[in-house]
Amino acid sequence: MDDLGFFRELFTGLNRGLLMSIMLIIPSALGGLVIGITAGALRAFGNAAVVRIGDGYAALFRGTPLVVQLFVLYFGLPNVGIYLSPYWAAVTAFVLCSGAYQSEYVRGALLSIKRNQYLGAQALGFTRLQTIFWVIIPQAMRRALPGCGNEIIYLIKYSSLAYIVTFMELTGEGKTIATEYFRFTEVFLVIGFYYLILVSVAKIILRKTEKALEVPGFGSA
Amino acid sequence: MSRSEPILKVENITKSFGTAHILKGVDLELPKGGIKILIGPSGGGKSTLLQCLNCLVTPDSGTIWFNGSVVDIQKSKELYAFRQQVGMIFQDFNLFDHLTALDNIIIALCKVKKKNKQQAKERAMVELEQVGLSDKGHLYPAELSGGQKQRVAIARALAMDPKVLLLDEPTSALDPELVGEVVAVIRSLAQKGMTMIMATHQISLIRNLADEILFMKDGLIAEQGTPRELLGAGVCTLSQGFCDKLNEITGEEI
Ligand SMILES: Nc1ncnc2c1ncn2[C@@H]1O[C@H](COP(=O)(O)OP(=O)(O)OP(=O)(O)O)[C@@H](O)[C@H]1O
Ligand SMILES: [Mg+2]
Repeated sequence: MDDLGFFRELFTGLNRGLLMSIMLIIPSALGGLVIGITAGALRAFGNAAVVRIGDGYAALFRGTPLVVQLFVLYFGLPNVGIYLSPYWAAVTAFVLCSGAYQSEYVRGALLSIKRNQYLGAQALGFTRLQTIFWVIIPQAMRRALPGCGNEIIYLIKYSSLAYIVTFMELTGEGKTIATEYFRFTEVFLVIGFYYLILVSVAKIILRKTEKALEVPGFGSA
Repeated sequence: MSRSEPILKVENITKSFGTAHILKGVDLELPKGGIKILIGPSGGGKSTLLQCLNCLVTPDSGTIWFNGSVVDIQKSKELYAFRQQVGMIFQDFNLFDHLTALDNIIIALCKVKKKNKQQAKERAMVELEQVGLSDKGHLYPAELSGGQKQRVAIARALAMDPKVLLLDEPTSALDPELVGEVVAVIRSLAQKGMTMIMATHQISLIRNLADEILFMKDGLIAEQGTPRELLGAGVCTLSQGFCDKLNEITGEEI
């Protein structure tokens, strides 16, 4: 009966939420990659103390639920005088959580490069840094890419948790409308469809990147 | 030839892995243009010695002279500069898997020798041509045969203008029918006067190429001499016995 009003409000709300979600996802994905690559490299090549710190970070953020991390950042930090906006609390949690997973893929990829690649470079007179930069990282990047891409796809989906700290993104907007009209099934079906599109776009970009970096003999999934 | 000043000389090289003493004090002199061939039983320390020569494996003790002066291997700058002048060929090629044959050579010239891309490319083409692979430059290691990979590796090493070449069983990982093409390249290097020290089980190389054969056993050079001295008719040496065994395996004529 009031279908027109419902759908108008639904799509206005969801489109607004979609924009907010994208504003969450892109910086979180990039930040997560930066942290992940840095932490992964330190965990692979650092001295014992650095490795221990890196491992600790990864264990902490992979070992606790993201919801808990969000709550601590948003509701806990004010206790020690740090106030984060809902947006920044969410981005920080996503960057740290995603970075922990990314570091795992990056570390594994770096360590998977065989010793003969180091020997080949060293024998030619490459410095340690040149070896890592020009031989190890380009190879490890290709090995890590499928895992890192998967993690970004997970990130797109767990970005929906930002509504828990009151940030109005896609899921938050949808839930408000669903509650108002008491039409949960339709609303969440549409939300699901929005995420499906986000994930599909991300997949296309990842596929393109993998294609561009493809090298025979480096089987990428 | 053996009278000229050694280009590479090491004295009293020792190396242990844990409690296993792999090299127990090896001396070696490599005169300019000389070719020495390392033979001996598996585990005797040939690879370890070769990798100690350019410090891919850091010796526990010993001194390395290059071109008449001591190499201070504690100084990384000096070590990197030294390694540029000592080419190494490995049993399993060690090409960079993510780069084409041509780029394998170019990257070394650009990053280590600081050549510009154009110069590097020209030089790389020349070297590929030398090993008969000018039409394979665009292929990745995974697309090359073992023999082709080894020839690219040789081209890459030569592009750096090394004064000495260390070769660690360059034909051992190859299918029998591919050994010939790599042996031919090594022979032509020898004809051009390249200074080399090579571990190999290839009888034809041992017999025809070596100025001197070094028989390594248990971390020491147990026997040392010209092919005639060690493998001549009627002699009874460790090397002779070893080569006889190789012959039985391969059926190759000395
Ligand atoms: N990185 C290492 N750590 C521990 N032991 C090692 C290492 N490298 C070599 N060894 C040991 O040193 C010994 C000598 O090895 P090396 O590879 O030098 O022998 P080789 O004469 O080249 O033998 P082969 O003919 O089989 O190539 C072997 O017993 C090997 O197990
Ligand atoms: Mg060996």
